[in-house]
Amino acid sequence: MAVTEQEILAGLGKIVNEITGIPASEVTPEKSFVDDLDIDSLSMVEIAVAAQDEFGAEIPDDQLKHLKTVKDVINFIQN
Amino acid sequence: MSTNRVRVVVTGLGTTTPLGGDVASTWAALLDGRSGIRTLTEDWVDTVPAKFAGVAAVDPGEVLPRPEARRLDRYEQFALIAARQAWQDAGAPEVEPTRLGVVVGSGIGGINTILQAYDTYRDKGWNRLSPYTVPMLMPNGAAGWISIDLGAQAGTHAAVSACATGAESIGQAIEMIRSGRADVVVAGGSEAAIHPLNMASFAAMRAMSTRNDEPHRASRPFDKGRDGFVLGEGAGIVVLESEAHAKARGAKIYAVAAGVGITSDGHHISAPEPSGIGGKTAMLTAIADAGISAADVRHVNAHATSTPVGDEIEARAIREALPGSPLVTSTKSMTGHLLGGAGGIESVFTILALSERVVPATANLDDPADGLDVDIVRGEPRKLPDGQLAAINNSFGFGGHNVAVAFTTA
Repeated sequence: MAVTEQEILAGLGKIVNEITGIPASEVTPEKSFVDDLDIDSLSMVEIAVAAQDEFGAEIPDDQLKHLKTVKDVINFIQN
Repeated sequence: MSTNRVRVVVTGLGTTTPLGGDVASTWAALLDGRSGIRTLTEDWVDTVPAKFAGVAAVDPGEVLPRPEARRLDRYEQFALIAARQAWQDAGAPEVEPTRLGVVVGSGIGGINTILQAYDTYRDKGWNRLSPYTVPMLMPNGAAGWISIDLGAQAGTHAAVSACATGAESIGQAIEMIRSGRADVVVAGGSEAAIHPLNMASFAAMRAMSTRNDEPHRASRPFDKGRDGFVLGEGAGIVVLESEAHAKARGAKIYAVAAGVGITSDGHHISAPEPSGIGGKTAMLTAIADAGISAADVRHVNAHATSTPVGDEIEARAIREALPGSPLVTSTKSMTGHLLGGAGGIESVFTILALSERVVPATANLDDPADGLDVDIVRGEPRKLPDGQLAAINNSFGFGGHNVAVAFTTA
């Protein structure tokens, strides 16, 4: 059974909070990691690795740079 | 020789040590003669001969927010905590970013990160490493993070001279202000090396005390029964400032960072040169640099680590260099030896001894070694006289580094 968008969003919120201290409630689908959440490239790598562990979806490095918003990551994991 | 030169003053102090999480608690413990050394409880302790150390009294993970702590090696955590304390203590001075510098080093660097990251790499692969592994292991990482925290743009440096690192950093900072490169510099040293590999490696040199039945009595500089140093961890950082800058903003001035003397033994990679000429010359150079006379020096915070050879050589160097019968102490008897952090915390203690006019006693000095012939403070702290005084912090390091920093009353 596929995880729902809400479940992924909640999981990402927890991961982003753990790594950056940004409140999980600010991690909403339309937010850009770099422009809105002020997350740097090193922290994005940490978030991607944690998300792979959490959801079992491999995020290759060449894909990671295309994942600009929270929604992008949710879509990638769902597909 | 010091006329027409920029005077450098101390306006902020910060420490986190085995005795306390800040300057006030550490200083109170020193004056009480308390020991920060305790038996280790980690499961690896059975694998090393010395089973005790000076663990930081306040864990840095309790001070720093978790997202920040997880991207810093423990030595960087200590440094950042002490730097923030020192900066607040200085009144968070307003200074142009291009006039603010940082000189903060470590003797060993991010050793815990190196070893843990290697385990991760070997067991799980490269892509499981934290992307912060390199900034966590590099010995200039602490200086870099402090420069980011404060927005310092005048230059960031990291001295690496083993156990002289903290004092050498302060010496470099004095020069940085004198040369006109900066008005304010945050300087000191940090170390977090209580790891079985370090404990084992120092044991392989036969350098560590193994007084396992009495950890709090193991660090006993100048005592006949001393059998090696005791490892400690933490950081000591000062804010140095040109006197003109400090006075213009009405800053509280603890002391004048009056002079620095640096020599090298050129003799042996770890053993001190037996005559003590390197340490003696460092002290005399610091005195000349400060424009004072040797008799003005009334207090020395000695490097004295509680190793059989080094303490007596240093005592002789002090006796030969300083005719003013300075009150000598080794605060390592209570903090343990913080390696690259030692010169940082001990400069803070030297500055406080001058500004409070009291010298903490050397703990565990029950039976002084023969022929020391210097006035070592024992039992109770002793007062320093009124009037203009000078004091010296000595720090010597593997590699043959000798650094003496001279401070004078404000």
